[in-house]
Amino acid sequence: MELRVSPTRMQLLQLKRRLAMARRGHRLLKDKRDELMRQFMELVGTIRDLRLQVEGGLFKGMKDFLMARTSLSASEIEASVMYPKRTYEFEMVQSSIMGVKVPSFRRDASSGDDGDIYPYGLAMTSAELDAAIDSLDAVMPSLLELAEKEKSAELLAEEIEKTRRRVNALEYVLIPKLEDTIRYITMKLDEAERGNLTRLMKVKEMVRDKEVRA
Amino acid sequence: MHRLAVIGDIDSVVLFKAVGAHVFPVSSPAEAREALERLSDGEYTVICITEQFGGDLLPIVERYSSRPSPAVVFIPSNKGSEGIGMARLREVVKKAVGADILFAKEGN
Repeated sequence: MELRVSPTRMQLLQLKRRLAMARRGHRLLKDKRDELMRQFMELVGTIRDLRLQVEGGLFKGMKDFLMARTSLSASEIEASVMYPKRTYEFEMVQSSIMGVKVPSFRRDASSGDDGDIYPYGLAMTSAELDAAIDSLDAVMPSLLELAEKEKSAELLAEEIEKTRRRVNALEYVLIPKLEDTIRYITMKLDEAERGNLTRLMKVKEMVRDKEVRA
Repeated sequence: MHRLAVIGDIDSVVLFKAVGAHVFPVSSPAEAREALERLSDGEYTVICITEQFGGDLLPIVERYSSRPSPAVVFIPSNKGSEGIGMARLREVVKKAVGADILFAKEGN
């Protein structure tokens, strides 16, 4: 496939410049894609481990909680956790991986972590409930990190897909098209050149013939 | 300040109240979907959903994947992990790489 252009020297020069540009863009995008991929695979590795750890931790907390429920009534439990001592809040800052904006969650260590996290008095509740809340509290930082990492991975995947598409468009569509067109124009110009040459030779011959006869 | 919401069956998620997360108990996938859509308009940055509702919500979660927030995380319910969180990670890898390379090499 070629582009529709008139086969002139002007166009040829322009196309050659475009080809050089496309090649450079292709190389840059390819580098970007490779680096994104490397970062992404690294991230995915951490996510896997982190997820296993978080799932284990959460499951443990929930199991402890089930134990706690056996010794307390549902309404007692409900009442115990109804008014938490604090709201779970955190900061979000944007960081950037290869120009992809990804969130980064930071929890203030000072936001009420004074050791006493149980939102109830100790008299009415069981130790199992304490244990359940302890194990959940222990896994919360990892959960937050997991959320951050998974989001980053999603955003990176999106960017990688986009970049890959661009690389492929350049590699398999634009660059071959430009090359074909350049070849077409070169051939067209060469052909015109040959035409000119033969015409010149022919004219010279005719002139010589005339001179001989004269 | 950014906040964290938890959607899931009441038995699994009520505990999250104790650590200060905002808890939204639901009992059906439809309710979970409704809650997710309500919470994802910027009020919460991180939304955790228990896995037994995860399968039905994947198309919606997919919609948020190109936006910086909310970050949706699947967590196991008190019946254990169904592997939806991992399956989702696998999908993300598939999207990026174009092939499922993460788990294939380990034979599971």
